[in-house]
Amino acid sequence: MDSLLTTSLTLAQDTRLEAFAGVTLYHYLFVSATMFSLGVIGFLSRRNLIIMFLCTEMMFQAAGIALIAFSRYWLNHTGEVFVIFVLTIAAAEAALALALVVYLFRRKSTLDADAWMELKG
Amino acid sequence: MSLWTHIPGAFSTLAATGVDAGVVDIEMGRPLFLLIPALPALAALLCGLYWALGVKSKFPAWTTVAALAGSFAVTLVAYFEIAAPGLTHVVHGFRWINIAFGAAGGERMLFVADFSLYIDSLTVLWMLFVTGLATLIALYASEYMSDDVGPGYCRFFFAFSLFVVAMACLVMGDNLLMLFLGWEGVGLCSYLLIGYFFKKPSAVNAAKKAFVMNRIGDLGLMIGIMLAFLHFGSLRYEEIFAQVAILQQDGGDLAWTIKAIPYLLLVGAIGKSAQLPLFTWLPDAMEGPTPVSALIHAATMVTAGVYLVARMYPIFLLTPESLTLVAWIGGLTALVAATIGMAQYDIKRIMAYSTVSQLGFMFLGLGVLTSVGAAFHVFTHAFFKAALFLCCGAVMHGFAGQLDLRKLSGVQFMKGWGIVGVAMFVGCINLAGLPFTAGFFSKDMILAEAFTTPGFTALGVIALLTAGITAYYTFRVYFRVFLGPQHFEPGDELHGHDEHDHDDSHGDDGEAKTHDDGHAHDFHPHPPGWAINTVLVVLAVGSILAALAYVFPRETGGWVKGLISTSSAAGAAHHDHEASFFGLGDPHKVMYYVSGVIALVGIAIAWWLHLAGRTTAATSRADAIKQKIGPVGRWAERKWYFDEIYDFLFRYPLLIFSHIFYLFDKLVIDGLVDLFGRSPRSVGAGVRPTQSGGLQNYAMGMAGGLAFIIVVAWLVVWRMSS
Repeated sequence: MDSLLTTSLTLAQDTRLEAFAGVTLYHYLFVSATMFSLGVIGFLSRRNLIIMFLCTEMMFQAAGIALIAFSRYWLNHTGEVFVIFVLTIAAAEAALALALVVYLFRRKSTLDADAWMELKG
Repeated sequence: MSLWTHIPGAFSTLAATGVDAGVVDIEMGRPLFLLIPALPALAALLCGLYWALGVKSKFPAWTTVAALAGSFAVTLVAYFEIAAPGLTHVVHGFRWINIAFGAAGGERMLFVADFSLYIDSLTVLWMLFVTGLATLIALYASEYMSDDVGPGYCRFFFAFSLFVVAMACLVMGDNLLMLFLGWEGVGLCSYLLIGYFFKKPSAVNAAKKAFVMNRIGDLGLMIGIMLAFLHFGSLRYEEIFAQVAILQQDGGDLAWTIKAIPYLLLVGAIGKSAQLPLFTWLPDAMEGPTPVSALIHAATMVTAGVYLVARMYPIFLLTPESLTLVAWIGGLTALVAATIGMAQYDIKRIMAYSTVSQLGFMFLGLGVLTSVGAAFHVFTHAFFKAALFLCCGAVMHGFAGQLDLRKLSGVQFMKGWGIVGVAMFVGCINLAGLPFTAGFFSKDMILAEAFTTPGFTALGVIALLTAGITAYYTFRVYFRVFLGPQHFEPGDELHGHDEHDHDDSHGDDGEAKTHDDGHAHDFHPHPPGWAINTVLVVLAVGSILAALAYVFPRETGGWVKGLISTSSAAGAAHHDHEASFFGLGDPHKVMYYVSGVIALVGIAIAWWLHLAGRTTAATSRADAIKQKIGPVGRWAERKWYFDEIYDFLFRYPLLIFSHIFYLFDKLVIDGLVDLFGRSPRSVGAGVRPTQSGGLQNYAMGMAGGLAFIIVVAWLVVWRMSS
């Protein structure tokens, strides 16, 4: 673990923007992890279906940030291409999920996830 | 065609070395005789067809009567062509079973059983009264069963015809396997017809009892047949007899498996002919319609055991000890059944016990080497017992199922009942053995032979005693039901068989309730019609004329003797002319007087106890005697407690075992199966709460699981790197 930490994690980038010169992979991963954690906490703690859905989107984007960061770190484009695909899929999925939420709301006139507790085994 | 055609010359060498009484010239008979079983089979098919078409007329009866009459006519042809000249014919029907087996390279064995008929005088004698009586009784049944016209009528005549087919197979088959086929076939038809009133639990139980008790005997018969095949390499009579003749000539010790054959066959005969200790099914079989009782359970099927012993007589003669056993079983059965018959009140049951008793006489006859006497008794008994049963049936038919001799009296003198009364009287004098009746002569042959044969004097005394008892209980029925003051109470149902409780307390209270003057107010007995009367007249005349068969033709010493002496059942009767009936002279001559006197004494006792001075139907002098002897009377009335003993020895242990096995099955076997079935269910029940339906719970599970995996992975990595 120590060896991992001591390795230089500086992103391979040009120095045109001084402000970003000191930014390492750690910073991006920290942002990604934070966003993911916020998404998880939000998903677990909120009852509103739309909020929960937005939380999943946040987790998606957290993963996307991590992918872009790694892509930049290794200087290949696989991660970026991957994120473009993820975004496309996420857009379609968002449309589907929101439509479902609308239907669920019509049924019970509420967005509370607990209203659907009877869907148990 | 048989084993012998595959081993050329085998039979001829046997015939050359073993010219003996057992080996006779066999000729191929005419296919015409195949009609004897074929015509009733056709009738059975037609009755089934009528049933399918929903025929609601007496058509099934007329079809059956016509087919059986045709069968009888063909049997007559067989009599004149084959039996009368003393020939033996084999008629080949079709190849039935033909199996070759044996080790490769070793001896090749053939198991052949053809559907062929073995027609000799013994066969013809049996078939004459089987088809003849079946025709008459079918005619009787056409009227008797007329209340059931419809599906039941078709069913009755279907089983009736099928019975004759099976009986023909049994009697006419040329091998033991065909005999077995017929044996099981008559058992099946007996079962079907006893259980004809299948809505009555007692009838169903009686049918089951008959079937199960016959299975016990059949097991013995089956093993006997297997042993016979093992030793003689064939089941065909002609080959068995040829080999037995050689064995007899050679003398010497026999393998115990050969000696066992007659005993095993005897077990089968005991079951079918209702001898001790397997006789208890026959009285219960009276639950069937009366024509069935008359044909199957008195005249024909129950004599199949006698036929089996007579047919296999050469094998029995190889081991004379087996015949001693036959004699003792017969003698004791005759006595036991007669004592039970004395104490019954149901006239049909009395007739059933007398059948058992008379079958005992026939076995006794076979045992003391008078196969002629046995066959003659079968022949005469078939006539008079059929007549007796049909008279009882007519009474039952006319009085709405009444069979209790305490509730009927003076029937002879009622309007329209004259023929029934006379036929009953003829049957009774035959059964009682009144001098110069057919029953008298045939019984005498057996009795005389018992005293002639050394070592059987005790059995002879038993048989004489039985003859006296027989005369008593026979005329007890006649005096109670047909003579005396006119009185009747109708039975409780129409044409069914009624259940009487045979309690001593039975009687006054039950009668007083419904019939104060002894006559039902709205019931009129209906006397029998032309069909029943015709049949009764024919049977009564036949019973009387059967006596002539004892005397004529003179040159052969009687008709039956002439027939039997040319068949395989011709026993080597050892006429011991030194024998003497207690110092009075030749038993054959003395017996006429002794048994005549005994019959008259029996009848006189019955007259004194049951007719002289009797003023009511329900009571007689015998009641006082019954009171005095108390437990002995009850002992006889309860059939010597045979049923109770069998219950105790076999039924209850079986029930207990079956309960134990039931519990084992329920707890252990079912328990194991249920364990496999229930374990997934219980696992599911344990896990089911995790499917709470709460979205957040699932997410929590996922997050927790992820966290767990991360922690574990981190720990692993940390441990490895440090």
